[in-house]
Amino acid sequence: MSCCGDSPGYDELDQVSRLVAGKLAAFLKTLREAGFAVGLQEGQDAASLMAAGFAAKPGLLRSALKHLFSARKSDWERFDGIFDAFWLGKRVRARSLTIGSTKAANSPSLKSLQDRNLEPMAGEGATDQIPAGDDDVEDRAGEGRKEGASRADNLSEVDFRKLADPDQIAQAHEAAARLAKTMRTRLTRRDLARRRGYRLDLRRTIHQNISHGGVPITLVRRQRKPKPLRLVMLLDASGSMSMYTGVFLRFIHGVLDEFREAEAFLFHTRLAYVSDAMKEKDAGRALDRLALLAQGTGGGTKIGESLKTFNRWHAARVLHSRSCVMIVSDGYETGDAKLLGREMAALSRRCRRIVWLNPMMAWQGYAPEAAGIKAALPYVDLYAPANTLQSLTELEPYLAKL
Amino acid sequence: MKDREEIVQALAASGYIADGELATAISLMQLLRRPLLLEGEAGVGKTEVAKALAGVHATELIRLQCYEGLDQSAALYEWNYQRQLLSIQAHRGDNADAIEDQIFSEKYLLERPLLAAIRRAKPPVLLIDEIDRADDEFEAFLLELLSDFQVSIPELGTITATTIPHVVLTSNGTRELSDALRRRCLYHYVDYPDVDREARIIMARIDGATASLSLQIARMVEGIRKEELRKVPGVAETLDWAAALVGIGVHDLLEMPETVHETMMCLLKTHEDRSRLTREVTDRLLGKVA
Repeated sequence: MSCCGDSPGYDELDQVSRLVAGKLAAFLKTLREAGFAVGLQEGQDAASLMAAGFAAKPGLLRSALKHLFSARKSDWERFDGIFDAFWLGKRVRARSLTIGSTKAANSPSLKSLQDRNLEPMAGEGATDQIPAGDDDVEDRAGEGRKEGASRADNLSEVDFRKLADPDQIAQAHEAAARLAKTMRTRLTRRDLARRRGYRLDLRRTIHQNISHGGVPITLVRRQRKPKPLRLVMLLDASGSMSMYTGVFLRFIHGVLDEFREAEAFLFHTRLAYVSDAMKEKDAGRALDRLALLAQGTGGGTKIGESLKTFNRWHAARVLHSRSCVMIVSDGYETGDAKLLGREMAALSRRCRRIVWLNPMMAWQGYAPEAAGIKAALPYVDLYAPANTLQSLTELEPYLAKL
Repeated sequence: MKDREEIVQALAASGYIADGELATAISLMQLLRRPLLLEGEAGVGKTEVAKALAGVHATELIRLQCYEGLDQSAALYEWNYQRQLLSIQAHRGDNADAIEDQIFSEKYLLERPLLAAIRRAKPPVLLIDEIDRADDEFEAFLLELLSDFQVSIPELGTITATTIPHVVLTSNGTRELSDALRRRCLYHYVDYPDVDREARIIMARIDGATASLSLQIARMVEGIRKEELRKVPGVAETLDWAAALVGIGVHDLLEMPETVHETMMCLLKTHEDRSRLTREVTDRLLGKVA
């Protein structure tokens, strides 16, 4: 920068920037507390920027530090507020908003949790009924596959409805996120083990065959990367599902973060595309963004209509040959059950597998008698309860086979 | 090297109308020698930044388009197999070691964008486009290259950069990038331009677009972006539309509402959006432009 190096008040300026640099450390701390990933290297760079004359004008310094310290869009948008609050002493709304937002997002489901605590439970025996279409799910589940939920053993078999204490809910959310992560790593590992080469690797082949005068005798092959499984999740966010929505949202958030290819939709009376909102790194903030959507409008569940919207507008873009559609719903259709059947048929033609998770399936005495679920079942490949963390874990070997 | 105003002017001379923040980012890029990560919706002109930057420095633009499955042989270097095979055949009977030394020499090496970028005499602009489409593994490899600026080729040894290129990465956010990569880079979010800047962009890019027409188009597009659309039109679409309107001979949007509505296909790229923006909506938006 030539703008300041030889200006007349150099000494004065130097003193100012030294003062400012002293305060820099405190600013870095503020940023870290606000969730910015700021390391030593960034601090040094910031100091050198100030020495280079960027500290002369607040506007310039703000803009320069913004580029340096932000790592993603959410940082980018919050930075100005934090900067102004720290350096210019302005009051700022953005900071107070992010703190404690997790609680706000969960509170509706939390309340309903406590209200419903009286209903009969069947949490413990639940997992026995899992496989519907594919009966080898349990055989394939090897030892050590519960890694994902092992640290929350006490929670893994408790029905999500039973979790009343906010701490437990937070733990269940943690476990759901961790589960999504383990599922992803395990699926990748399986792919690796299955690999077999079918294309020639010319580079290695030539290298190996120099001693044969270039005649390729030993062939070296290479393998194509396997097409990753794409997981498309459709979550029922209607009133009847409210006590499960929180945990599943957290699970979806984990899945979107960990799977290379995953998309998420919410539906109640209409369908909403939520992948973008869920891509927010911070789970609390992501759920906050969805809080309104997830509550639903309270006018019943139109699964058929929502699926129709999905098939019409999203399916072509979102589904490919190695896609698994996961519908999480209790199947209480308030719209036209025939429409649901038709749309399920259309959907099953498009994707590899349809998994329907019904948390209520584990309730004692539940039978799929609702018109909606009856119409949908013929097209479902796996119909399973997913009311506990363990039952979620048990899905993983099934997904690995696709 | 320069002040922000100078950078803005230099960018404008190469056809990119920048705002002050982007100018800051570019001056920081040179000062700190860090890559610049540009994020933003599709079509807001991220790639154009790199092209304009190459214009400013009067240097070559080397572009690496990322895609899933991109590997070292497509991004960094590859051996010229045909020539290697020929050479082996021609030297049949020689000592195997001697042949090996010969065929794994510079002469048989094919440069790919990343290797090319660090071996130029004058630092080029290296554009790594849509990094979010590449795999995690490639990202990790890129990180290593961007911090050390040296490449090791097993058969040849380590190649150190002769110059450090100006690196620009772009991402559409289809995948979350790793924190490590984000930390290495300066970050700039490219947003849709405001009406004034978009009008200036139209004037700079489209021959024959008058100031008043450009402003009308920019206002109209701003209105359309506020509608609930699935695919919001970017700057590239605006320019297409402006070119179409100028080509048809429209001088004032209000005079030819019919044509405006019909040419809207330049902006709206899905059937859903097209059917949502009915004639009535167009008229309402045109009313606001006036």
